[in-house]
Amino acid sequence: MTAYLLKRLAIAIATLILASMVVFAVLEILPGDPARLMLGLNASAEQVEQLRNQMGLNAPLVLRYLHWVGGLLSLDFGRSYTYSVPVIDLVRERMAVSLPLALIALALSTIIAIPVGLYSASRRGRAGDTIAMGAAQLGVAVPNFWFALMLIYLFAVWLRLVPAGGFPGWSAGVWPALKSLLLPAVALALPQAAILARVARSALIEVLNEDYIRTARAKGLPYRAVLWRHALRNAMIPVLTILGLQFAFLLAGTIIIENVFYLPGLGRLVFQAITQRDLIVVESIVMLLVVAVIAVNLVVDVSYAIVDPRLRGRQ
Amino acid sequence: MSLLEIENLSLMIGDTPILKAVELSVAPGKVMGLVGESGSGKSMTALTIMQLLPYAARASGRVSFDGIDILAATEDQMCALRGDDIGMVFQEPMTALNPVKTIGEQVAEGIRWHTKASRADAEDRARKMLDRVGLPEAKFPLSRYPHELSGGQRQRVVIAIACALKPKLLIADEPTTALDVVLQAQILDLLRGLVSENRMGLLLISHDLGVVTEMADRITVLRHGEVMETGDTARTLSEQLHPYTRQLALASMHVPARPKTHAVSQSKPLLEVEGVTRDYSGRRTSLFQRPTPIRAVDDVSLSLAPGQSVALVGRSGCGKSTLARMILALDKSTSGTIRFRGETITGRSEAELKAARRDMQVVFQDPYGSFDPRLRVEKLVAEPLHVLEKKPTPAERREMVAHALHEVGLGVSDMDKYPHEFSGGQRQRLSIARAIITRPKLVVADEPVSALDVSIRAQILDLFAELNQKLGIAYLFITHDLTVARAITDEVLVMHDGRIVERGKTSDVLDHPQSEAAKALVAAAPDLHRAIARRLQEQG
Repeated sequence: MTAYLLKRLAIAIATLILASMVVFAVLEILPGDPARLMLGLNASAEQVEQLRNQMGLNAPLVLRYLHWVGGLLSLDFGRSYTYSVPVIDLVRERMAVSLPLALIALALSTIIAIPVGLYSASRRGRAGDTIAMGAAQLGVAVPNFWFALMLIYLFAVWLRLVPAGGFPGWSAGVWPALKSLLLPAVALALPQAAILARVARSALIEVLNEDYIRTARAKGLPYRAVLWRHALRNAMIPVLTILGLQFAFLLAGTIIIENVFYLPGLGRLVFQAITQRDLIVVESIVMLLVVAVIAVNLVVDVSYAIVDPRLRGRQ
Repeated sequence: MSLLEIENLSLMIGDTPILKAVELSVAPGKVMGLVGESGSGKSMTALTIMQLLPYAARASGRVSFDGIDILAATEDQMCALRGDDIGMVFQEPMTALNPVKTIGEQVAEGIRWHTKASRADAEDRARKMLDRVGLPEAKFPLSRYPHELSGGQRQRVVIAIACALKPKLLIADEPTTALDVVLQAQILDLLRGLVSENRMGLLLISHDLGVVTEMADRITVLRHGEVMETGDTARTLSEQLHPYTRQLALASMHVPARPKTHAVSQSKPLLEVEGVTRDYSGRRTSLFQRPTPIRAVDDVSLSLAPGQSVALVGRSGCGKSTLARMILALDKSTSGTIRFRGETITGRSEAELKAARRDMQVVFQDPYGSFDPRLRVEKLVAEPLHVLEKKPTPAERREMVAHALHEVGLGVSDMDKYPHEFSGGQRQRLSIARAIITRPKLVVADEPVSALDVSIRAQILDLFAELNQKLGIAYLFITHDLTVARAITDEVLVMHDGRIVERGKTSDVLDHPQSEAAKALVAAAPDLHRAIARRLQEQG
């Protein structure tokens, strides 16, 4: 087990280093000079050159990379070109929205998907399965902003249970903040749950055909107990894989939902930064996401080993 | 008074009749053998008793167990019976256990469920049961996972699960088919012991008449879902009154006619293996120590004359398949030389091996798994043709495939079919057609008939014999089944722990084994003649 963990950790760190190089290199190649952008179209060449020197943009590539990595490690991401504030402050503020939102959406998606998957798999081919999978098909097909609009109409406009948009900040209290994240979380979770339910169903159906399910039934366990105790854990590997991918998406791929609900999240920040050529912000957020994705993958790898003892011995 | 009484049982799955008016009974403390070929409805009978049938299955008739009407029982009643009063053991031990739970959890689970015992008590009973089935605590603690056990050990765990609560009836569906003969004898012995200890009734399902004869007091012969004959085992099999019973018995003892036997002293050998060794890297125990290698094949030498048929026998894991892979140049030897037609094939590149590959082909055990289901027969059988010097034209290719199919007893019209349209026996014919299409000098066959029913198996053995006679192909049969070796080979090599421990003429080795390993194999192999004789003797 320790060997497995160490190996996974080593792979994660190596991936991280490689990814940081790629991120840095790509942004180097991209057109758009931040100095010129900051100074506007009327700036003279000398002024631009002066600012480039000031910002360290003229230093050798390797040096700039090391400087950048050093900054990342000490949480000094540099200053935003457009906002002129430390990037870390921007990111911290946005993460306070995006991270809880992603976590709530992920939890909701799991809570919906697993029981639906279990239900469908155990009655495959019958009416219940057909209806559940039809709904899942719809959930995959319908864009989440449409769900979002329907939810706003139903819960915010009609029932007036939650606000239709905006984020009061955590300083306004936990409940009001949570309340404003609820609808976006549901809107995000539904399509994810639909995908996850389909994955869970097919993984379970495969597992339910295994010989050991019959062994468990022959022991006298009722079908339901067999499903929860024997089938579910064996079907977890593909489900965990998808969950890992979904978390990465939920953290930064939520720009549409953030716009619908007018939430100050990471997605909008990165979008704005890209349109404004605020490369340092883009770089920082991309790196942050890389770290998040790699960390989640590491967690997924570790949970594979927890779920399946056969993976523990392997190197 | 019978423990289990099946009367007029019929079973439909959808519109397909599976069982027709089956009658069967099992008495307490007695063994009922249920024999029949694949698809005869043996397993479906077992699943009907357990009420674990597929969703679309409809059973009618009467199944009464210990006074309970099984077909009318509710699911709750069945859950109470399963694992408590009726235990079941399955064919495939490699997949019968949940890979993510320890063996302790899996044995204790049924005990806890039925007796409401505490975890500690249940684990205690599980421990005792595992000891009883031959898995002592020192080597097999409860915390072991299935993947850490071998097939035979896993089957012991499955038996422990089935027998943990001392059931009145045990159903064993081909419990030893996936095991080698020595393990088979051990598992059968264990089952016999449990039957006499607990006065348990045993319904033993098998396609192997030898196994059933050794074990069963009474026998029921099933064919196409109908009972052909039922009665006392020894009498039924010695008198063989029913034509189908006779057919089964004859098929399982079938020896193909091979008038020409090939003398060893003939010309120069086709295949020479000299001092071949194969090491696999072992498991690393520490980060700083080199892992100790596992020696799968240890200094093996042998030679094979053209047209000779040799059996390589041994228990599972003895290294026989590894040796075969090296002979086929599919695996590299750690040391030693292999010469084929006088040319060294060890250490050669794939391009240099092309000529040798033309003259050696292989037939695998599983006729289901060795074909791509999406390709037509023409393409599948023609696969080895790419090793030919000159690429045949499509017309020539069709001609060659047609010829190969004809030689294995299939028709030209089969060329455009897909593998799923063939039965198991026909598929094995396809594998043989694929093997002989390049006119090889040597065919290596890895357990080529062990997945087949006795009558099909007799036909395939005949085919092997005929091709040997007609085309002069030399065979290397890899098998743990001595009846196959006896039926079709001139010489036997007995392999044990990577070494060849005995070799000689087939009849000499099998009738008078010298080495321990060979003696164990011969003693464990079920033999129909011997078993019937013993049964009759017991009854006086």
